[in-house]
Amino acid sequence: MTTATAPLIRRPPTATRFARRPAGRIKRLRERLIETLLFLAAASSIAITAGIVGILFFESLAFFKQVSLVDFLTDRQWTPLFDDAHYGILPLLSGTLVTAGVALAFALPVGTVTAIYLSEYAPHKVREVVKPFLELLSAVPTVVFGYFALLFVTPLLQRIIPGLPGFNMLSAGLVMGVMIIPYVSSISEDAMKAVPMHIREASYAVGATRFQTSVRVIVPSAMSGISSAYVLGFSRAIGETMVVAIAAGMQPNFTWNPTEPAATITAYIVQVALGDLPHGTIGYQTIFAAGLTLMLMTLAFNIAGYFLRKRYREIY
Amino acid sequence: MVELAEMTPTVTAAPPALKAESKNVSFFYGAFQALKKVNVNIADKKVTALIGPSGCGKTTFLRCFNRMHDLYPGNRYQGEILLHPEGVNIIGPEVDPIEVRMRINMVFQKANPFPKSIYENVAYGLRIRETNSRSVLDGKVEQALRHAALWDEVKDRLQNLAFALSGGQQQRLCIARALATDPEIVLFDEPTSALDPIATARIEELIGELKKSVTILIVTHNMQQAARVSDYTGFMYLGELVEFDVTGKIFTNPSNKLTEDYVTGRFG
Repeated sequence: MTTATAPLIRRPPTATRFARRPAGRIKRLRERLIETLLFLAAASSIAITAGIVGILFFESLAFFKQVSLVDFLTDRQWTPLFDDAHYGILPLLSGTLVTAGVALAFALPVGTVTAIYLSEYAPHKVREVVKPFLELLSAVPTVVFGYFALLFVTPLLQRIIPGLPGFNMLSAGLVMGVMIIPYVSSISEDAMKAVPMHIREASYAVGATRFQTSVRVIVPSAMSGISSAYVLGFSRAIGETMVVAIAAGMQPNFTWNPTEPAATITAYIVQVALGDLPHGTIGYQTIFAAGLTLMLMTLAFNIAGYFLRKRYREIY
Repeated sequence: MVELAEMTPTVTAAPPALKAESKNVSFFYGAFQALKKVNVNIADKKVTALIGPSGCGKTTFLRCFNRMHDLYPGNRYQGEILLHPEGVNIIGPEVDPIEVRMRINMVFQKANPFPKSIYENVAYGLRIRETNSRSVLDGKVEQALRHAALWDEVKDRLQNLAFALSGGQQQRLCIARALATDPEIVLFDEPTSALDPIATARIEELIGELKKSVTILIVTHNMQQAARVSDYTGFMYLGELVEFDVTGKIFTNPSNKLTEDYVTGRFG
C-alpha cells in the first residue's frame, strides 16, 4: 500500500555530487604526483637531447683546443689517424653532400611525382595497393639497402659507366634515394590529399585539366607539407650511415665527383667508433667534432624548413 | 492581322533567344536517381533561377551544365543538354568536359579562391589556356575585376594574397575569375549563402549587371533572391521540375499547388 502513495519522481538524496569528500588532502597530493610524473616524462626527452648536445659540445671543445677552427674548416685532408695528421672536415663534408645530393636529386622528383599520382590520379583501389608497398620500402633494414647498392646497383652502373670503382658515391646516393622516396611521397601525398575538394573544383570549373590542377593549384596549396617532406628527406640523407658506409667506401676524399669513392661524416664516425681508440685522445675527439658538424647541418636545414613551412602555411 | 497585333497590348514580349535547353535530363549518383527527366529552357542573356527545398536536385542539375559530376566516379547522365547556337549535347559522353567548362564557368557556394595573389586568381583561367602575354593578361584581369565590381577595391594590391580579402570580396573575386575567360554561361550555386546581407546585395546587383553580357543560371535557397534577380524561375522538388515560368508568375500566380505552397512558405 505504501507504494501507491510514493511520489512519481523521487527527489535525489541531498548529499550527492557536490558533497565534500573526506581525505581531500590525499587526493590533491595524488594529483600533484601524477602531474610531476607526466612532467618528468616530457622533460626526459629534452634532458636527453640537451645531454647529447652538451657532450658533443664539450668533447668538441677539447678537440678545438688542439686543432684550430680555421684548419678544421679549410684543410683539404682528413687523416686524423695517420702520423701526419690532418683535421680538415672538407673531404667528409663533400662526401656527405654529394651522396645526399645524388639521393635527393633522385628522391625529391620521384617522390613528388609519386605523391601527385597517388593523390590526384590513382583510382582508390590502386592507391590502397601502392601505398602499403611504398611504406614497406621504409621497413627494409638499411644494411640490406647498403648491400643492394654494393652488389647489385654498382655492377649495373659499371656497365653504363666503364671504370666506375667498386665503391662510389653515385650508387650509394641512388639507393639512398630509393630509401627516402617513401618519406617524401607519403608526407607530400598527405599534404596534397588535405587540400580541400572545393579548391580542386574551382580549378576544374574554369576548364583546367587534371595535370594543370595538380601542378598549378594542388602542389602550391600543399607547399607547406611538401617542404616538410623535403626537409625530412634531407635530414635522412645527411644522417644515413649504413648505405654510404657499405657502398661509398671509407676513404676520405675531397671531391664533388659522384663516380668516385668517398667517406661521409657518418661513415667516418662508424669506422672510428668501431675501432679501439683510447678515451680522451684527439682521434677519439674527432668523432665528436664530426658529429657536431653533422648536427649543425641538420639543425640549419630544420630551421630553414621551419621558415619555409611558415611562409607556405596552409591558408585555404 | 497587322491591326490586331497593334491593338493587342504585348503582355509577353517576344520569346528570347535560347542559350541552352535540357531535354529529359536524368542523373544518377550510383544507383540513386537524383534528377528525373528535367526539361528547362535557358534564355540567352537572362537570369534563370532554380528554387526548391534542400535535396530537390537543383544543385545536381546545375552541376550537370559544366560536367562537374565527371570528377567523381559512379555518376551517370541521361538525356541531353543542348548548348546553342551549335546545339551540341554537352552531357554527351563524346563531349570533352574540359571543352564544356571552357564555355560554362561556375561560382560556388563558398568562395574558393586559390592560395595565390588576387591577380593570379583572376588570370588562372587564361593561363591554363596558354595566354601568358603580360599585356593581354593585365587587360583581361582588369576587365574581369571591373565586371565583378571589385576593381576599385583591389587595384592597388593585386599582388596580395586573395585570402586577405573579406568573404564578400572573395566571392566577387571568384566571379571575376569565372568571367575572365569570357564564358557564355555562368552558373551560380547559392553564391550568397555564406555572406552577410550587404555583401549579398552587392552580388545580387552584380548579377543584374552581368546578364547584359552573359547567360546566368542560379540556384538559390533564398526565394526573395530568386524573385529579385531572375527573369525565369524553375521550382524543383524530389528531382523533378515541378513548374517553370516567368519569375513574376511563379511568385504571384503559380499554376501548381506544390509551387504555391513552397513560395508562400508552407513547406521547405
